[in-house]
Amino acid sequence: MKRLVLWAPLAVFAIFLAVVAIGLYAPSDRVIRSQMIGRPLPAFALPEALPGRRAVSSRDFATGQPRVLNIFASWCVPCIAEAPLLLDLKARGVPIDAVAIRDRPQDIARFLARWGDPYRNIGLDADSRVQLSIGSSGVPETFVIDGEGIIRHQHIGAITEGDIDEILAAYEAAR
Amino acid sequence: MTHGLHSSSVRRRHVPRENVRTVRFGLLAAFALSFAMPVEADSLLPPAEYADQQLSDPRQEAEAKALMETVRCLVCQGQSIADSDADMAGDMRALIRRRIEAGEKPEDIRRWLVERYGNWVTYDPPLEPVTWPLLLAPILFLAGGAWLARKRFRRRRR
Repeated sequence: MKRLVLWAPLAVFAIFLAVVAIGLYAPSDRVIRSQMIGRPLPAFALPEALPGRRAVSSRDFATGQPRVLNIFASWCVPCIAEAPLLLDLKARGVPIDAVAIRDRPQDIARFLARWGDPYRNIGLDADSRVQLSIGSSGVPETFVIDGEGIIRHQHIGAITEGDIDEILAAYEAAR
Repeated sequence: MTHGLHSSSVRRRHVPRENVRTVRFGLLAAFALSFAMPVEADSLLPPAEYADQQLSDPRQEAEAKALMETVRCLVCQGQSIADSDADMAGDMRALIRRRIEAGEKPEDIRRWLVERYGNWVTYDPPLEPVTWPLLLAPILFLAGGAWLARKRFRRRRR
């Protein structure tokens, strides 16, 4: 018993080292998921992002049909990478609304003219208010919202070809 | 750098618009930037009102500041939003000041943020089964240490 107690501090230290080593070598997950999945989209009404283009408001959702909400910005490089994939989703009949974060109308217009315009309505979120209210922590992010206005799915980061199925599945499941 | 950091850092980088000539360049830039260290500068918009401007009521400003120091920045993880220059941290400061000015309680704002981002977002974690070890561990270690050392004390006394 006494011998055992003698070794206890070393054993504790070994456990401590093991915990540190695991923490150092395991790939850390720095993605912060929204806690709003399964909860209703908070109420908001954004101003229009482009003259003459319908803006986005929470009332557009909960109309019986699921919709995709894309958080993007003209100053966001990965948003360029996901543009063709959003066009692909649009071609498959997925309605996509956009929230432009901290953006200017002229920049949005230039971005859409250059990389394609997959969006139905676009709202301007100049101070990230809507982004914060839905628990999004960066651009781009994509949310699937079901016909009752419940947030069903969050995709963090640019959509790549491998993510299309996941988003389509979430969209179908939200029907 | 870990994979997680790559993906989270790359989607917030800013590259001057004139540099992005083609999709290929854009992708290349995104790829290259995934190896870059975090830099500030995202949007071209100026900071939101109240991002860097204090509230006129010093008592409210003190409340807001105290809350900001215990709310974690989502973009520059490891900094509080009071310390961060990121656009999003500025928007979060503006949100906090706006709500404090409107008479909301700091703890209600914290709860609102935790509802959206989880306990991750607060530097002042609530006492929950998951966080018990945080508070219990030091007490347990002290108790364990005292228990280990108890014989030494006794021996010395004899």
